[in-house]
Amino acid sequence: MSTCKNWKEMKDMGKPKRWQDVPMGGITYGASAENVETGQWRSIRPVWNGEECISCMLCWVQCPDRSITTDENGKVTGIDYFYCKGCGICAQVCPKKAIEMRPESDFA
Amino acid sequence: MPRKEITSGNWAFAEAMRQINPDVVAAYPITPSTDIIMKFAEFVANGEVDTNFVTVESEHSAITACVTASAAGARVMTASSANGVALMHEVFPIAGCFRTPIVFGLVNRSVGAPINIHCDHSDSMAQRDYGWIHLYCEDAQEVYDSAIMAIRLSENKDILTPVFVCQDGFITSHGFEPVEFLDDDVVKNFVGERNPINPLLDVENPVTYGSFAMSEYYFEIKRQQIEAHKKALVLYDKIAKEFESISGRYYPMIDCYKTEDADFVIVVMSSASGAVKDVVDEMRNKGHKVGCLRVRMFRPFPAEAIAAVLKGKKAIAVLDRCLSIGGTAPLVAEVRSALYAAGDLVPVNSCIYGLGGRDFFPQYAEGIFMDLINGKISHEEHYIGLLE
Repeated sequence: MSTCKNWKEMKDMGKPKRWQDVPMGGITYGASAENVETGQWRSIRPVWNGEECISCMLCWVQCPDRSITTDENGKVTGIDYFYCKGCGICAQVCPKKAIEMRPESDFA
Repeated sequence: MPRKEITSGNWAFAEAMRQINPDVVAAYPITPSTDIIMKFAEFVANGEVDTNFVTVESEHSAITACVTASAAGARVMTASSANGVALMHEVFPIAGCFRTPIVFGLVNRSVGAPINIHCDHSDSMAQRDYGWIHLYCEDAQEVYDSAIMAIRLSENKDILTPVFVCQDGFITSHGFEPVEFLDDDVVKNFVGERNPINPLLDVENPVTYGSFAMSEYYFEIKRQQIEAHKKALVLYDKIAKEFESISGRYYPMIDCYKTEDADFVIVVMSSASGAVKDVVDEMRNKGHKVGCLRVRMFRPFPAEAIAAVLKGKKAIAVLDRCLSIGGTAPLVAEVRSALYAAGDLVPVNSCIYGLGGRDFFPQYAEGIFMDLINGKISHEEHYIGLLE
């Protein structure tokens, strides 16, 4: 059976090549979602305007992933496109309209 | 000191549960296994066990609670029968795949309709391909002993597979007979503590159960379950021998009664083997070389061991207490396949008996043997005791 104990070991091992190396019972190890680039699913992109943003943190609270980035003072610094799926909630809840949703094709 | 009591198959299983003292029992009572849960509820009410006893609204919820508790790392037991087992159908393969040990007292009963409540094996046989280990017991003593052994089998780190401990509804479950119980501390020492692998409650090493596995890994995870069953075929006997050392009772995967020099053998499971063994003795007194092979472990199926016993026999009859309507009954299909794989084309009569609690009389077994002896072998199913 699979010898790795956690996600880190699993990641180091690479994709399982034999049935024996697949984690038993179809389990996944904790924190494995950190490594999944859900940003690939996005069709519309939130564009953050730092001049309008007042760091009220509504977008940070409402984001269903971990896509609103902050600095050491807790101020919003932008969007993490590695995780952002483009759901648009942040733009909806922003009281200053500091986030604009634009089609991905604009950035192609 | 072991104590001997007159008890039933259900109470014997419940007594094993008391001594095992599982962490979680989630159950929904259904006849004829109701007695198991009723008796166990008494132990809970009297404070004789520490079990978290979860009473739920359906069998589907009962087995779901069992799977999740086992995934959390708990030692888990439950019981059910017939349509209750059928309602659990969806969750059985999940328990098998998650590799969650559960010891399940399955009291065999026909699946309705017609609603019947009496014994046959149609409930457990419908669950045979979902990765559970199946043990079929001849009497209440074996039910008690198997429940204790099954904990070790199920939780073994190389097996990690749920186990059905089957007994015949009403015949074994409600029949009273002497059973020898081990001391509480002997059972406690034998089963030990569960040492779970990847438990949900291990917050230092978090894992997710039940995530997606698409076409790239589904097959591989199933292959691992097959491996666990292959290991169970090997490891079972070690556990059975260890159990023998504490109890003096040994239960091999197949129970061979006077098969060694027999020309004609009946292959059967569970309580009916008692009648067959009796008939074997009577017919041997009349000079017939007959024997009985009782299949105790049905999953994993000990095909090679069975083929080795049946090799070179003049003819055999395989008795199924279950149908596969429009196809071949489960036990005879396995036995024929085992013989074919061994290159041994022993003539086989397929006999269906005892459906819906239809009695199986000794004279039926004698008739089945006489057909073999007289060369009355045919590929059609023979229906034993049917009105025709």
